[in-house]
Amino acid sequence: MLRIRCPWCGERDEIEFRYRGDASRARPTADAAPAAFHAYVYQRDNPCGWHWEWWLHIGGCRRLLKIERHTLTHEIKAVTPAAAATEPDVARESGP
Amino acid sequence: MNCRPSTSGRYSGWRLLLEGLTGQRGWSRAWAKAAPRPRYRVVIVGGGGHGLATAYYLASEYGIRDVAVLEKGPIGLGNVGRNTTIIRSNYFLPDNIRFYEYSLKLWEGLERQLNFNAMVSQRGALNLFNTEGQRDLFTRRANQMRLLGVDAEALDREQVKALVPLIDLDNGRYPVLGGFLQPRGGTVRHDAVAWGYARAASRAGVDIIEHCEVTGLKRDAAGVTGARVTGVHTTRGLIEADTVCLAVAGHSSQLANMAGLKLPIESHVLQAFVTEPIKPVLDVVVTYGAGHFYVSQSDKGGLVFGGAIDGYNTYGQRGTLPVAEDVAMEAVTLMPALARVKVLRQWGGVMDMSMDGSPIISRTPLDGLILNAGWCYGGFKAIPAGGMTTAHLIACNAPHPLAAHLDLDRFATGRTMDERGIGPFPYAH
Repeated sequence: MLRIRCPWCGERDEIEFRYRGDASRARPTADAAPAAFHAYVYQRDNPCGWHWEWWLHIGGCRRLLKIERHTLTHEIKAVTPAAAATEPDVARESGP
Repeated sequence: MNCRPSTSGRYSGWRLLLEGLTGQRGWSRAWAKAAPRPRYRVVIVGGGGHGLATAYYLASEYGIRDVAVLEKGPIGLGNVGRNTTIIRSNYFLPDNIRFYEYSLKLWEGLERQLNFNAMVSQRGALNLFNTEGQRDLFTRRANQMRLLGVDAEALDREQVKALVPLIDLDNGRYPVLGGFLQPRGGTVRHDAVAWGYARAASRAGVDIIEHCEVTGLKRDAAGVTGARVTGVHTTRGLIEADTVCLAVAGHSSQLANMAGLKLPIESHVLQAFVTEPIKPVLDVVVTYGAGHFYVSQSDKGGLVFGGAIDGYNTYGQRGTLPVAEDVAMEAVTLMPALARVKVLRQWGGVMDMSMDGSPIISRTPLDGLILNAGWCYGGFKAIPAGGMTTAHLIACNAPHPLAAHLDLDRFATGRTMDERGIGPFPYAH
């Protein structure tokens, strides 16, 4: 069970949050080559170690958070509010 | 020390009877533990289901016996021993149906071919539907399967009740409207799959090398074609090879990273559970339509079940409690009688979740490096076809016709195989 310290709501159980994927990617500019978009959409570092990722506090303040978490120990090192300019496309979708 | 088992060690009913009468002293080791040689024609990294099956089919179907399978621990303890043992071919996309149906056909003849009792049990795989929309979706899927000559039947409520009396059809919130049955689906004893392939591969001349972890890939620059992989660095020294195949479900990104490749994969954990053994209550695999839950009863009597992935990137071979609670709720909602059954064990396996939910059997940008990866949570049922088509790719340097759609290039060229139309979100497949 993860306990995530939301900057707005305090420490909460993981069930209040929804994972929204790797936060280390940057969207290429519109005129970038197809290969850059392929890398952005499909390719992942998928590290066994520290990982920046998006989490949506859907059962709380509904804010998007950027979290640094270890993918083997699940330890959480940093939780920061996501600046609107860096929000991922996935956060605006209504996927599962 | 290489000690090949004697070739007289065929298993049979007569042999069992004879050994029973003579104190069980005549059995030899099922497969030989080998020490690494400096060079092989093919090195397969990963002694799981797909790695062992690839080695076996290379030797038996393609005549390539100079093969080593490297496993960082003992064989059979990875995902091949952690799944819920279900086999089926009830997919929707025609290319996927053909691939998994090929696998199911190979399962049907596997025990005879391997001379190993893998307890293949075609007890049927039943998908329940709880809404009209699901009924339409499953009917469409069943029709697609039947068009390709694969068995599929639609069941109404009474037929579901007759097949699985445990199901609470009239659940107030999620009434069951019917089901979609693949009669040839079922279960296979997963440990026997690892050992059956290992024994058959070992007898065909393949070296199975345990406790040999790959720490790097040896690369040579090869003229105009660019870099080429020519071997692997391991904890037991350098092993050179013409072809290196990665079959390391869950850790494909880590191994590919050694070659400087990024894959369209994230690693996620899937939990599974087994209850205390009880009398026979369930003789079909049941998948729940109102959530993500599937259950079957093993021959030992335990109910084996699982649900969705935990939902965030992890390499931890365990699981967290929210999903365990979710799965337990689904179990007792579907079959209220299960509320009194105790869960005996829970475990997790780390899997490659691919960007489109379909596997990857492919050449890579590096010559001499073959990839068998991205199985999501469907790797077990695909072991025979995955092994055969990967062996074909290695032996013929061309994709097997049934697995050509599973190449790595499909992501860059827009040919993704997304069964449910979810998009490039691995945690959602």
